[in-house]
Amino acid sequence: MKKTMVLLVGLGLSASTYATTIKKDVLNHYADLAYIMYEDSLISAKSMQQAIDKLIEAPTDNNLAVAREAWKQARVPYQQTEAYRFGNAIVDDWEGKVNAWPLDEGLIDYVSSVYGSESDENPYYAANIIANKKLQLSGKTIDTSVINKALLADTLHELDEIESNVATGYHAIEFLLWGQDLNGTGPGAGNRPASDFNTKQCTNGNCDRRAAFLKALGEHLIDELEWITAQWNKDGPARLELLNSGEDKGLGTIFTGMGSLAYGELAGERIKLGLMLHDPEEEHDCFSDNTHWSHYYDAQSIKNVYTGKYTRLDGSQVSGPSLSDLVASKDSGIDKELKMRMENMMASMQVLVDSAEKDNIAYDQLISEGNKAGNQKIMDVVNALLDTTKGIEKAIATLNLQEVAFEGSDSLDAPEKVQ
Amino acid sequence: MYQINSILILSAIMLISGCNQNPKQQGKSQNQQYSSIEPGEQFPGGATTHRKKINKNAFSHGSANMSFEKELDFKIGNGVFRRLWVSAPASTQAADGLGPLFNARSCERCHLKDGRGHPPTENGNDNAISMFLRLSIPPQNQEQQQLIVQHKQTVIPEPTYGGQLQDFSIQGHPAEGKMKITYTEQKIALADGELITLRKPDYSINRLAYGHLHPDTLMSPRVAPQMIGLGLLEAIHEDNVLSYADPDDRDGDGISGKPNRVWSQEFNKVMLGRFGWKAGSPSVNEQSQAAFAGDMGISVPLFPNGAGECTDKQKDCQQTPNGNSPQYENLESGLKMTDLTVFYSRNLAVPMRRNYNAPEVLKGKKIFYETGCQHCHRPQYMTRKDSIGKEQSEQLIWPYTDLLLHDMGDGLADNRPEGEANGKEWRTPPLWGIGLTPIVNNHSFYLHDGRARNLLEAILWHGGEAEPHKQKVIKMSKQDRKNLLTFINSL
Repeated sequence: MKKTMVLLVGLGLSASTYATTIKKDVLNHYADLAYIMYEDSLISAKSMQQAIDKLIEAPTDNNLAVAREAWKQARVPYQQTEAYRFGNAIVDDWEGKVNAWPLDEGLIDYVSSVYGSESDENPYYAANIIANKKLQLSGKTIDTSVINKALLADTLHELDEIESNVATGYHAIEFLLWGQDLNGTGPGAGNRPASDFNTKQCTNGNCDRRAAFLKALGEHLIDELEWITAQWNKDGPARLELLNSGEDKGLGTIFTGMGSLAYGELAGERIKLGLMLHDPEEEHDCFSDNTHWSHYYDAQSIKNVYTGKYTRLDGSQVSGPSLSDLVASKDSGIDKELKMRMENMMASMQVLVDSAEKDNIAYDQLISEGNKAGNQKIMDVVNALLDTTKGIEKAIATLNLQEVAFEGSDSLDAPEKVQ
Repeated sequence: MYQINSILILSAIMLISGCNQNPKQQGKSQNQQYSSIEPGEQFPGGATTHRKKINKNAFSHGSANMSFEKELDFKIGNGVFRRLWVSAPASTQAADGLGPLFNARSCERCHLKDGRGHPPTENGNDNAISMFLRLSIPPQNQEQQQLIVQHKQTVIPEPTYGGQLQDFSIQGHPAEGKMKITYTEQKIALADGELITLRKPDYSINRLAYGHLHPDTLMSPRVAPQMIGLGLLEAIHEDNVLSYADPDDRDGDGISGKPNRVWSQEFNKVMLGRFGWKAGSPSVNEQSQAAFAGDMGISVPLFPNGAGECTDKQKDCQQTPNGNSPQYENLESGLKMTDLTVFYSRNLAVPMRRNYNAPEVLKGKKIFYETGCQHCHRPQYMTRKDSIGKEQSEQLIWPYTDLLLHDMGDGLADNRPEGEANGKEWRTPPLWGIGLTPIVNNHSFYLHDGRARNLLEAILWHGGEAEPHKQKVIKMSKQDRKNLLTFINSL
C-alpha cells in the first residue's frame, strides 16, 4: 500500500487535485507508520518476553545479559513512536501505562539503604511488593499475595494517585533487570545479580515473587502494545479519529506531536530538568544507562513522521507521502531547512551516543555538576531541539496550519469577542 | 504596576462609597436564555482550555494556546513540581534543603494529580498529606495589632509552631504534631423528605513535640485546592473584582463580597488577595513561594530562610544545615527553578466542559441562576489584555467565582481571621472543573477541609449570606436539584 502511494507523487496531477490528494495520503501514511512502529514494538516486546522466560528458567549471567539486551532492543521501535503521543488523544491517554517515569522503585523491590525508608508521605515509597504479601492502604489492606498483571495494572500502578508509584511498563522492567544505579553521576549502571531470580539459591529474598513480577510486567506490556497497534489498523479508532478530524486538523495533529515531543517533553522534562538539577534520578533510563539511545530514537521519531520514512526491525525501509513532501511543494527552502535542522539534531544526539558507547561516559555522567564539557554536549542537544522546533513552526506556517496545530486556538476567536 | 495602584485607590473609594452603581446586577440580566449555551461557555478557560481526553490527567495539561517553546518551561516546571526534595546536605545540591519541618516532600504530594486534596481517612493511620492545619493567635499587643491593621501580615503566627502544623520532619527533628479529626454526624431534611447526613469535623492536635500551644491558638484546616486555571484568575482585572464588592451590603441583597487586602512580599505593598481559601495571597507567585517555604521548608527568593518555617523557639531546627547553595542565589530553590514552577502553576489548563448542551444541564443552569448562586459564583470574565502570561490575556473565562470573601455562617466558620477575612468568611472558590474531581482524584470531598462528601453536602453546608440560597435548594424538587448538580458537574 505504501509503495503505491509513493507512486502518486509522480503522476503529475493538477496542482489543486494534487494538494487535496496528498494531504489525505500523508495522513494515511502517518497512520500506517504508526501501525508498523507499534507492531515492531510488539514484536520486540515478545522477543524480550522470551528472554525473560529464559532468564527465569535459568538465571545465569548470560541469560540476564541477553534479557537486558532484548530490553534495549525493545526500546528502539517504541521510542520511535513517541511523536504520536501528544496530538493523538488516544495515544496520550494510554502511554502512561507503558512508559511512565520516573518511578519510586522502592514500591516494587528492595532498594539500597541510601534510598531511605523514612516515614514518608508516599507510604508506598518503600513498600516492596515483592517482599510483602499485603499492603496497608489508608486503613485498608491490599492483598498482594498473587502477583499478576491485574495486580500491577489495576491496583498498584499510580497507587493512591501518586504518579511515581509506577508498577507497569518499560521502566519497571528496566528496574527489575538492572536494579538501582547506585553510582550517582559516576560510571556504571544498575548491577542486579542474575541470582535475584534464582529460586534455588536466591539472593535478596523472594526470587519467586521477583520472577513473577517481571513475567507479569512483560505480559502486561505485550497486551498493551497489542491494543495500541490495533488502534492504528484499517478501522482502528486512533486512525479514524485522525482521518475524520479534517485534513488540516489531522496535519496539525502530526505537527503537534513533533513539536511537543521535541521541545516540551524531550528538551524540557527529560533533558533540561536533569541538567538543571545535575541529578541522575532525572535520567530517563536511569537503571540501564540507556538514556542516550532513548533520546536518540525520540529524535528519530520526530524525523520519521516528518519524512514519512522508517527502518523496520528487520532492516526493511518504509516510506510514503509525508509532511516533508507537502511542505516542499509549497516552499522547498523551508523543507530543506527543516531537514537540515533535523540532521543537526540527530548529529547532536549521536554525540551522546558516542560518548556512552565509545568513550564509556554515560548520560548521567554528562549531566554531573562541574562537568562543563559534558553539560555543553547536553545543551547542544537542547539547542538543536529548539532549532528543530523553530523549523517545525515555519513549516506549520508554510502550510497555513497555525490555527490547528495548537489546540485551543480554533473556534475560539469568535466567542472571545462576545460581551 | 500602575494598575495595581489605581485599584487600591479605587478600592478605597468603593469601601467608602459602598459601590452605589450596584454592579452586582450586571451579569444577571444578560443570561435569561437557557435554551442553548452562551458563546464560548463550553471553553471555561477561553483559548487556554484543553480538549484532551477526560481521565485522571485531566488537570495536568498546559494551556492549549501555549507555544512549543513555552511547553519546555511548562514541562520543566512540572518536573520541579513533582520533584522529591531531600534533606541537606545531599549529593544533588539543586534538590536538597527539605524541611527541617514539612508537610510534604514535593508539590505534587499535596496537589495530587494537580487536583484537590482530601482529609485523612476516618479510621486511620493515614497521614494528612494533602491537608494541614493553619495556626495563629489573636494579636497580643498594640504592635501586633498594627501589623494586622496595616495589612503587613494577615495573621500572627503561633509563637512556637508558626503559621502551620508540619506533620513531617527530617531525621533528627521531631515532627510538630499530628492533626486529629473527629466527625459528628448531623442530619438535615430536604423538603421532599430525603434525609441527608452531614459530618461536622472537630480538630485537635496529638503528639505536640515542641511544648504547649499558646492558649489562644486558632486553627484552620485547609485542603490543597485544585490547580487548574490559576493564571486566569490572576488575569482578572482588579477593577473587575472590586466592581462586585459590597462589603457592607449597601444594596441590601444580603450578599456582601469583601475583597481581602494583603501584603505583597513581591511588590512591597497592599494588594487584592486572590488565592487561598481566605484569599490570603495576592498572586500565583507568592502563593507558590509561600508553599515552597511553609509546606516543604524550601527557601525561595521571597522567603530565603533555609530553615523553612522553623520559629525562633525551634532552635535546633533553625540551626540544622540547610540547602542554600551559592550557585542558586543562596537559596534551596533558586530564582530559575522557582519561576518555572510558578509558570507551571499559572498554566494548568481548565478542561473543556462535558455535556454542556444536554437539556438537563441547561435546565440545571437555569436553576443555578434562579437560585442566585451566580451572585458569588460569578460565571464570566474577560481577562485583562496585559496579564503576566500571553496565554491568559484577553480570554473569555468561566470560573464561577467572584474572588471575594463572604460570611458562610457558623457551620463552616473556622473562627480564625486572616487579613480582612473574619472567622466566618471564606473566599468563593471557583467551580470550574469541580465535576471532574472523582475522575482526577478518585473522591468527591469538597470545601476547605473536605468535610462534604459530595456536591449536595457542600451546598448544604452553605450558611450565612448563602443561607437563603441553601434553603431554596432544600425546598426545590428532586428533579430540579438533580439538574442543578448535573450542571455544576458539567463545569
